[in-house]
Amino acid sequence: MEIAFVIEKFILITVIFSVSLGVAAYSTLAERKIAGYLQDRVGPSRAGWGGMFQPLADGLKMFFKEEIIPAESSKTLFILGPSLALLTACIGSAVIPWGQEILIADRLVSLQVTDVNVGILYIFGVVSLGVYGIMIGGWASNNKFSLMGAVRAASQSISYEIPMGLSIIALLLSTNTLSMKEIAEQQHGANWNILYQPLGFLIFLVCSFAETNRTPFDLPECETELVGGYHTEYSGFKMGAFMFAEYLNMFLASAVMSTLYFGGYNYPGMDWVNDMTGPTIGPLIGMGVLFLKIFVFIFFFMWVRWTVPRFRYDQLMNLGWKILIPLAIANIVITGIVITIVDKL
Amino acid sequence: MEPLSNRKKVLEQKPMNFWERLYLPAIFQGMGITFMHMFKKKETIFYPEVEREFSENWRGLHSLKRDENGAERCTACGLCALSCPAEAITMIAGERQKGEEHLYREEKYAAVYEINMLRCIFCGLCEEACPKEAIYLDGPIVPADYLRKDFIYGKDKLVEDPIGS
Amino acid sequence: MSISLFYFIAFLSIFFALLVIFSKNPVHSVLYLIVTFFTLTIHYVLLNAQFLAIVNFIVYMGAIMVLFLFVLMLLNLNENREASKSTLIKMIGVIAGMCLIVTLVGSVKALHVSDPLILKTQDLGLVKNLGKVLFSKFLLPFELSSLLLLSAMVGAVLLAKRDIKKA
Repeated sequence: MEIAFVIEKFILITVIFSVSLGVAAYSTLAERKIAGYLQDRVGPSRAGWGGMFQPLADGLKMFFKEEIIPAESSKTLFILGPSLALLTACIGSAVIPWGQEILIADRLVSLQVTDVNVGILYIFGVVSLGVYGIMIGGWASNNKFSLMGAVRAASQSISYEIPMGLSIIALLLSTNTLSMKEIAEQQHGANWNILYQPLGFLIFLVCSFAETNRTPFDLPECETELVGGYHTEYSGFKMGAFMFAEYLNMFLASAVMSTLYFGGYNYPGMDWVNDMTGPTIGPLIGMGVLFLKIFVFIFFFMWVRWTVPRFRYDQLMNLGWKILIPLAIANIVITGIVITIVDKL
Repeated sequence: MEPLSNRKKVLEQKPMNFWERLYLPAIFQGMGITFMHMFKKKETIFYPEVEREFSENWRGLHSLKRDENGAERCTACGLCALSCPAEAITMIAGERQKGEEHLYREEKYAAVYEINMLRCIFCGLCEEACPKEAIYLDGPIVPADYLRKDFIYGKDKLVEDPIGS
Repeated sequence: MSISLFYFIAFLSIFFALLVIFSKNPVHSVLYLIVTFFTLTIHYVLLNAQFLAIVNFIVYMGAIMVLFLFVLMLLNLNENREASKSTLIKMIGVIAGMCLIVTLVGSVKALHVSDPLILKTQDLGLVKNLGKVLFSKFLLPFELSSLLLLSAMVGAVLLAKRDIKKA
């Protein structure tokens, strides 16, 4: 392992980390701005130009608030909960290819932290771990509402992991690989997977709403029934960690959906642009396109949140088990049949 | 039972057809509606810089009026205090001395006139009760404060400024 | 380096496995069990079996242990509420433990150090090779185990249904 490789990866990890944290921070502002605009208001506008420094002000507020640890809670787990939530939200971005290989100072640098050959499964595993933070935090609070929130989060995420996994299986049937990098490379130009897997994408989209605990599936923190849900007892920075984890998860889900179904860094006419701009600027443009797609998805998440009301719990379970799973299985069967026919021809 | 009016309407609840049970068309319709709202005129008023216009019958902070010569109109008859349902008004009457004619219109005037803004419900009954047209609720919103004693407004805050000042 | 790493991870797995048994609080036990499974995942990665590692990660850590934790949270077992065990159960426990020790000692005696196993193909644990082996050489056991799982699922549904009818 040469030293340049280590430095390169270190810089890449630092950049990805800070970018995703920055995006998550500004997602909080975007959420409030979008909520405002959808409701004929303007949202936060006082801190800085158009509210630019609102995330900073919110962060400072979180820091300076009193940290309350309930007397009857189990303290280690109470602290472990939000930490785990933040950790699992952060490590998912390791296998996402952020762009083509880029030429910096006569070195081809890969814009992916690591190309695991089971990349999709890795993300799937990290997402399934994400629920532990919520569960542990909710249980450790020693509060009935928190426990209810934790229990809801657990059953919801288990239920929606199944159709999510099944929709990925259908995608894998057509891509023939589990590596995120190869999947991204296969979608060169405008050959995006959404053209082959529209139903699979729809199922994946609905499930990612459930996995990130966003409205209309935000039952773990349903304030009309459960006060604050799993974070009822949390305050200060630990509460902020939970909130931050939610936005990070949203960023990750958007990145995964863009990469798996919407071509990642690929865009129509990319070859021409790459020839024009050379091997350094070209991949950067591709990265910009990927981020554009991610931002569109994040906007979509927020748009849905401020439009669709929350599901009832039995409706949620019905949707997951009785509609999405049969649909996903049907999608696999159809994909299999189509692939077999196309191969025979 | 006979309906009292003919406005009764029997709502028929049909079972949803397949298209409706899909949910998705309805969701897309709703999302279209919310998206349209992004481009509508925003209703926000940036309060300290911009103030919203009050309606004509708005009742705000009280002011004790002066007559055309600048003398206080109030004669401390106590009708406002009597009419006040919240018992927010107290006053102590004083006798006008020689040489004070330009200050007070009548021979009797309110030496102390206090309204407790925490009790006041801004009903406007004092305004209606006043025979001298001395009190009107035509001021702005009562500002917030930290201490209870600061909400008891005396004459220094209530009496309107002399004309021309 | 790989050997010392193996010993370190192996120590961790045994350490956390012991903590699973010795911790009084059942929820802590489950959490230690999750950590134990995580160390097992690292073992798989060290053996270059990435697919098994990630499946262990998803299925055991991500799904089964969530359900364990779920049930334990609902039961809310506390150390002071643990029912005192009768002498009979204690005796059975002792006998079972003795049997386990005898078996272990016997197996250790029969154990002999084999030559270090060298993988003929380094990429055996990768998805492509594993899938090919599963669907050619081991097709029958694979399908049989899937049938077994299906029957278990049907059984679970049946049990849940019968409860509803009684109530």
